[in-house]
Amino acid sequence: MQLFETIALHYNYAVTIFLMVLGLYIVMVCGNMIKKLVGLALFQTSVYLLYISPAKIIGGTAPILDSKFSLYSNPLPHVLMLTAIVVGVGTLALGLALVVRINEAYGTIEEDEILKRRSEENLNTEKVEKV
Amino acid sequence: MRSDIIFRIMAKIMIPLMLVFAFYVHFHGDFSPGGGFQAGVMIAGAVVLYAIVFGVRSAQCIAPQSVVSFLAPFGVMLYSGVGLCSLVFGKNFLDYSVFAHHPKHAHHIGILLIEAGVIVTVASIMIAIFYAFVERGR
Amino acid sequence: MELYINAVLLTLLVVVTLAIMCQQNLFAVVVLFSAYSFLMASIMIVLDAVDVALTEAAVGAGISTVVFLGTLYLTKSAKIRSGQVELLPLIIVFLTGVVLVYGTYGLPTFGLANAPIHMHVAPFYLEQSIPQIGVPNVVTTVLANFRSFDTLGETTVVLTAGIGVMLLLKRRNKKGGDRT
Repeated sequence: MQLFETIALHYNYAVTIFLMVLGLYIVMVCGNMIKKLVGLALFQTSVYLLYISPAKIIGGTAPILDSKFSLYSNPLPHVLMLTAIVVGVGTLALGLALVVRINEAYGTIEEDEILKRRSEENLNTEKVEKV
Repeated sequence: MRSDIIFRIMAKIMIPLMLVFAFYVHFHGDFSPGGGFQAGVMIAGAVVLYAIVFGVRSAQCIAPQSVVSFLAPFGVMLYSGVGLCSLVFGKNFLDYSVFAHHPKHAHHIGILLIEAGVIVTVASIMIAIFYAFVERGR
Repeated sequence: MELYINAVLLTLLVVVTLAIMCQQNLFAVVVLFSAYSFLMASIMIVLDAVDVALTEAAVGAGISTVVFLGTLYLTKSAKIRSGQVELLPLIIVFLTGVVLVYGTYGLPTFGLANAPIHMHVAPFYLEQSIPQIGVPNVVTTVLANFRSFDTLGETTVVLTAGIGVMLLLKRRNKKGGDRT
């Protein structure tokens, strides 16, 4: 039982780090831009967890004051994360709008294909200049 | 999806409830979880549901593009206007004590005003983002 | 008890994240991300952050799914090519994870009432909310009163992001003038 409790107490931070690292991996490895943005959103969500976890007090309650309770969790990280979520969806929409424009310009949202197309275009312009 | 009767009836039942719940979350935010940010997103969600079920053209009749793009900066201006109002009356920026004599009433009025600014901006920006994505696909 | 509920939900979160990583179908990725947001909202409730849970459920599972689906429709992309496991990113990510987990052992124990985070400004907010402002929901008090400068900044950022999206996606007329 003691072991379970020790694991449960550290589990929160471990999962936070795991989500963070997995989001980083998706951003690094996936060439598809939509999946890259999903990875970025995963990373962002893990940061919410990183802020909310220390605010919790075991045996406490949500920070809405009432005479029946005396122990409340910390309201400050809640405020910071609440605004961060709304700003996060704004920046996510901005990134997706950029993806839409990239798709219109190159016809694909795969990173390596875009790079290939760009190098081809550069070669073509160099040939034109030589002629 | 316009011909699907289940979606249409359910949307007609759900959308008023969503809007009422959004305003409950907004105005009861002092005593229960919620506030301008959440309520704004819920209102935007109701408009998105309407647009999905009845078509974007009819959604733009109830929330026209011009109104949405006017209201988005208006919310931020309302918020900063509250701050400037207290500056004009010789207090610090966003000091609510100028609105009423009793400090608690003043704080209530101030919180209501700036939450109104937040709900207006968030709701209209979310609707505007949705319209922008839909219009691009035409 | 709440510790164990928390642990189960966190495990589910890990499972959903692994599914997102392995999934090749983009539509499935978006739906899984929506499920992820709902799970995250449940965890926020267990961690006593009810306001954050409400926001996460409305924003993460609602609006961002709509925006993702809109992008999928516009880019006409359904599947991605199966990428092989690359070794160098895996090593970098693993090392980063190990260092960060080592760092968490310096943090105070989870859920302790006398951790440093609860000693600084939080007691002031909790004590002064009713006498100064008369609002029981401390999150609203901090958001709209003690830290209203922050909220003004955040609202401006949301406005700026929306303006950016509108500028990027607005079409121009062939004559060069702006469309309605």
